[in-house]
Amino acid sequence: MAPLLTFPKGGVHPPEAKELTAALAIETMPVPDEVELILGQHIGAPCTPTVAVKEEVREGQVIGTVTKGLGVPLHAPVSGTVTAIGMSAHPLRVSAPSITIRTNREAAPVRYAATDWQKFSREELLKKVQEAGIIGIGGAGFPSHVKLSPPPNNPVDTLILNGAECEPYITADHRQMLEKSAEIVEGARIILKILGITSCHIGIENNKPDAIAAMSQAAAAASTPSARIAVRPLRVKYPQGSEKQLIQSITGRKVPGFALPSAVGVVVHNVSTARAIREAVVLGKPLYEKVMTLSGKGIARPANLLVKVGTRVSDIVEYLGGVTPQLAKIVMGGPMMGFAVSTLDIPVTKTTSSVLFLAEDEIDASPHSQCIRCGWCLDACPMGLEPKEIAIHVEAGRAEETGRFGVFECFECGCCAFVCPAKRPLVQFVRLAKMKAKR
Amino acid sequence: MWTVVACLVPSLLFSVFLFGLRTLIITAVSVASCMAVEALTQKALGRKVTVSDGSAAVTGMLLAFVIPPGVHYLLPVLGAVMAIYIGKHLLGGIGYNIFNPALLARAFLVATFPVAMTSAWLPPLDHLAIFSYLGTTVDAVSTATPLAVLKNQGMAAFTEQFGALSNVYTNFFLGWRPGSIGETSGLLIVLGGLYLLYRGYITWHIPVSVLGSIALLTWLFGGEGLFHGDPLLAVLSGGALLGAFFMANDYVTCPTNRTSQLIYGCGIGALTVLIRLKGGYPEGICYAILLMNPVSPVLDNWFKPVRFAPPQGGAQ
Ligand code: SF4
Ligand code: SF4
Repeated sequence: MAPLLTFPKGGVHPPEAKELTAALAIETMPVPDEVELILGQHIGAPCTPTVAVKEEVREGQVIGTVTKGLGVPLHAPVSGTVTAIGMSAHPLRVSAPSITIRTNREAAPVRYAATDWQKFSREELLKKVQEAGIIGIGGAGFPSHVKLSPPPNNPVDTLILNGAECEPYITADHRQMLEKSAEIVEGARIILKILGITSCHIGIENNKPDAIAAMSQAAAAASTPSARIAVRPLRVKYPQGSEKQLIQSITGRKVPGFALPSAVGVVVHNVSTARAIREAVVLGKPLYEKVMTLSGKGIARPANLLVKVGTRVSDIVEYLGGVTPQLAKIVMGGPMMGFAVSTLDIPVTKTTSSVLFLAEDEIDASPHSQCIRCGWCLDACPMGLEPKEIAIHVEAGRAEETGRFGVFECFECGCCAFVCPAKRPLVQFVRLAKMKAKR
Repeated sequence: MWTVVACLVPSLLFSVFLFGLRTLIITAVSVASCMAVEALTQKALGRKVTVSDGSAAVTGMLLAFVIPPGVHYLLPVLGAVMAIYIGKHLLGGIGYNIFNPALLARAFLVATFPVAMTSAWLPPLDHLAIFSYLGTTVDAVSTATPLAVLKNQGMAAFTEQFGALSNVYTNFFLGWRPGSIGETSGLLIVLGGLYLLYRGYITWHIPVSVLGSIALLTWLFGGEGLFHGDPLLAVLSGGALLGAFFMANDYVTCPTNRTSQLIYGCGIGALTVLIRLKGGYPEGICYAILLMNPVSPVLDNWFKPVRFAPPQGGAQ
């Protein structure tokens, strides 16, 4: 077997904790009574509502559009009645404008029929991706059609599908790669056609041998000379799934700071985004459902769930039998990069890949102390930064000076805080530094 | 930090075996007074008392380890005040002190009690007579450390006193010789250090660069003419191992970047050899480390980690 690929500098090995959900098949959650759709699901300007209160909407209908910038439209995940256009709690922005829809259970179910995507031109494909509201599901929510139209001065030769899923606990991509391998690979072929290139690598961490096997089989079955798709097993090391580290692991190329992967001829999409692109193109189905992992010792029944975008976390918790007495902390996203939340009244967005319900023994709440200058954070940082220096400068009230330490290259992976023996909240210090420092 | 204490305990037990219970008392006094001074200082300065983190205990252990076994029982108390109050809290504060507190205290003691600190060596005991030397003053049995003999009286006197070289290597490595309380058994120090390495508390960079440079430079310049020095003896004596594994590595006073650490280690090695060969003190590593301590931040400023791929064309 070929040696496992990885990136050379930094990285850590947090406990994987994936066994809670890795063996659980994706389960479809019943449609909730009400959904709340945040209008700003992605990077860039939020959508403007195209529906009014009391208006009837149908599943898949456009309910918000963007007039300027990078945006994509927003679709109704259920058939029902718009009950409010107001504000919702938001995991990061405290509150955000949203549309609330009450489900009409009597409405006729919406069905999608498969068509042959080969007949579409690149432009038609691209348009379908945009119209389906597809954004990067795994990460920050960058509109996919923008990634798929790289600037002409940066010719792209390689597509990478990200199936690393290096965050502990999360198994949503793992299950999709296992259960929907052929669909993901078809998504890859569509993306290759849009980009006009022939080479695709699918990076998967080696702790998912079943997914590697399933995807390899699907890739071998679908590969043609004009679409060479191959699975690349990766070493288990966090943050293996970070875009820059993944690109370096597979191609050896380094994306410079502030640049996009297309600067080194690469486009990266998450495996679940590839699947969504396939659904958009083959079925004409917009992105309004997603697979997510609900895990941790704080939830009665951990699961991989297919939910409607806009489902409230509180409804999911109820469906899964409630929380357990051990629950100590709720995290949206993975334990390394996610955000703690204080309310369950938060709706799922297109980019929510997991909600973790962690017990006391799954988190580290010990108080932090002074830096003892052990240098472990320097070893751990995959970007070669000096987290300790950034933190010390912020503590000393000199956050403005941290630009020279490259704070803006930090992507808040949390490796530094993970290894710090003094338990210093280094990522929070970096976030503060980013607010104050100038680029 | 308590792990570091645990790694030093075997060497301490061995010193009891070698020089009697006296060393245990001195070490206990040193550890207790370091912890007491730390607590009092933190109380007095209105800071949080952090004695339980074990760092004062480590300083106390290391301080006892670098003083001769024959000194007065109260000498470590003075050392503790110097190490913790002045060296740690006044010269920088926790995490920011410039000098290694234990070594600073030793340097201070050598300057104020030159006789005791440079002559109160005890010859190893025979037959496990660990209750010997318990009186408060024991200068009657003082002897000289091997490096001092070698430096002042030459190779002939050295072999006469410590036996043929091959025996010396084994004896020194096992610890059968006069010396400071904790420096005698190279074997136990190396084992303790290897355990710290294995557990990831320290990295190899500093010990290897310190010992490597001492060996290389002694081999080059330590004998009559080039390439006639004795690298093995140099590494096994004069606290080199203790210094390399437990003193130079002190997180607070050493550089944090691995490249800086290599240079820092070589600097310590070079200064040690220089002091040993040309200076007044045969046991040079203490001063070498103290001299390199303030250089750490400078080195860290020069050598930055290799950034992944900084923005092209400078900051945007
Ligand atoms: S400084 Fe940023 S990039 Fe580096 S380890 Fe910390 S969070 Fe990750
Ligand atoms: S890991 Fe923590 S204690 Fe160690 S140097 Fe970094 S910030 Fe300081």
